[in-house]
Amino acid sequence: MKTFISVVAVVILVWTFFPVYYMVLLSFTPTNDLFQPGLYVEHPTLRNYVYTMGQDNPFVRYFWTQLGTSLIVSVWTMVGVGAVAALGSFAMARMKFRFRGYVSGMTLFTYVIPSSFLAIPFFKMMGDYDLIDTKLALVLAMITFASPYALWVLSDYARSLPPEIEEAGALDGAGTLQTFFHLYLPLIVPPLIAIGTYAFLYAWNEYLYALLLLTGERNIPLPVAMSNFLTTDNAPWNLLMAVSTVYSIPPVVLYYCFKRYLVSGLVSGAVSGS
Amino acid sequence: MTPAMREGVLAAPSRVRLSPFRSRTLQGLLFTAPLLGLFAAFVIYPMVFGLWYAADLDSYRGIFSDPVFQQTVVNTLWYVGVAVNVKLFLALLLSGMLDYRYRVVKILSALFLIPWAIPALPGILSFRWMLNSQWGIFNHLLTKFGLPSVPWLAQHDTAFGAVMIFHIWKYLPFWTIIFLAGRRAIPNELYEAAAIDGAGVLQNFMYVTFPLLRSLYLICTLLSMVFTLGDFTVPWLMTGGAPGDSTHVLATLAYRYTFAMGRLEWGLATFAVAMPVTLVFIFVLMRWVKI
Repeated sequence: MKTFISVVAVVILVWTFFPVYYMVLLSFTPTNDLFQPGLYVEHPTLRNYVYTMGQDNPFVRYFWTQLGTSLIVSVWTMVGVGAVAALGSFAMARMKFRFRGYVSGMTLFTYVIPSSFLAIPFFKMMGDYDLIDTKLALVLAMITFASPYALWVLSDYARSLPPEIEEAGALDGAGTLQTFFHLYLPLIVPPLIAIGTYAFLYAWNEYLYALLLLTGERNIPLPVAMSNFLTTDNAPWNLLMAVSTVYSIPPVVLYYCFKRYLVSGLVSGAVSGS
Repeated sequence: MTPAMREGVLAAPSRVRLSPFRSRTLQGLLFTAPLLGLFAAFVIYPMVFGLWYAADLDSYRGIFSDPVFQQTVVNTLWYVGVAVNVKLFLALLLSGMLDYRYRVVKILSALFLIPWAIPALPGILSFRWMLNSQWGIFNHLLTKFGLPSVPWLAQHDTAFGAVMIFHIWKYLPFWTIIFLAGRRAIPNELYEAAAIDGAGVLQNFMYVTFPLLRSLYLICTLLSMVFTLGDFTVPWLMTGGAPGDSTHVLATLAYRYTFAMGRLEWGLATFAVAMPVTLVFIFVLMRWVKI
């Protein structure tokens, strides 16, 4: 039994890892070796990274700007989702109010409906408001679609907090807002970190809305810029893989730093993914 | 692990704990106002807009008589029906394996989530280069062993197969972790009792694990199917509909109708066709899952 499991585990390791290994491998491959496929690099080079960082190739001319756009959109999404979900979860988990069921239903509806179904009308709408090519449009879309899950995880956690929070607040004569800021917020920091990471990654990984809402080399975030490589026949794949590797690093680092929070958040509250 | 997870059903709000607080409709609505504002502006409004625009019957006549649309529906059914279910079944099996405490399994569980952690695009690029018919590693190996090379992304079956395989590669780890958590929530006494009755691995799975994971498995299936129904990124970046627009799914076809062909009403109708199924899924889920 142990041998069998070990063999299966090794097979799955290879299956899981090979595409990632191959990406990193190609990013160290000089252009001359690109067309002689192998399982390792014969003449490893850092040139692809040097070109990328130095923006020393027409394909990566705006690398830092595009990376910056990705970063700005992701950070604002994180902030927005954190704020919206923290406020919402206080009501959903700690209050009993009319229409609560409708709010819950709406949230779940937004969580479940594929965001691509709404992309075209959303694009039209942003066109009407003259918000095409602004990061604001993309951030608004990202906050909308990342909030439901965040609310879910936060509310689930907040429900497990003792009722003494409100009682302590009431004793001190604090209003609802003070209770929220001084008693509730400090207590939900761990799940807030988890959903902040989740929101950041959601925006960082987003492709469709970024493709629709932002245009022009100086405006687009990194994934859209990378996919533009694909439309030309002579795409420099090794360079593209260097960009891919750089683009993959933040999510992987975040994931390993906050793995504990992320996984427990994912599992305790709900499920997300695709 | 919450007790609710144990039954595989997500927690319903507990009324008991809420009892100390009075009903505060205004406050509740104020705290959820940002959320409701976003949903109204960016979910309800676009949806109504889209359905209203797609209400013209001519667009449906148009798309239903388009062979590309027919092929797309078939592709989408394969994607949502087959790829998702194969993925979830594998995830269920794998989650059982990750429960063993061998060293190689521990290494595996540490690295296992990488495909899920990195964004889709880099993974797709890597797959595409591996599948490149001239310089890809797969054809290189095939020809090395004297086999004919395969134009992976240049024929419908293997190209759409690549889309499905990539989907499984990327999302299998995530669902495995979910099922693993579900398994860990099963009380050990049940397995001990089963062992006394002489149950083997298979009996354990049939009579203990699966009955207890069933509702979790069903919820995950529904969720994953709806999410995948709207997937744009993977098919678009893997094949872009090529060869000859034969590998589209609903989302990529709607993009093509709207932006490449300038037929907004066709693009919206493509989604409207999928709406009834999606809504059924959503309402079933809403009965089972509470926020």
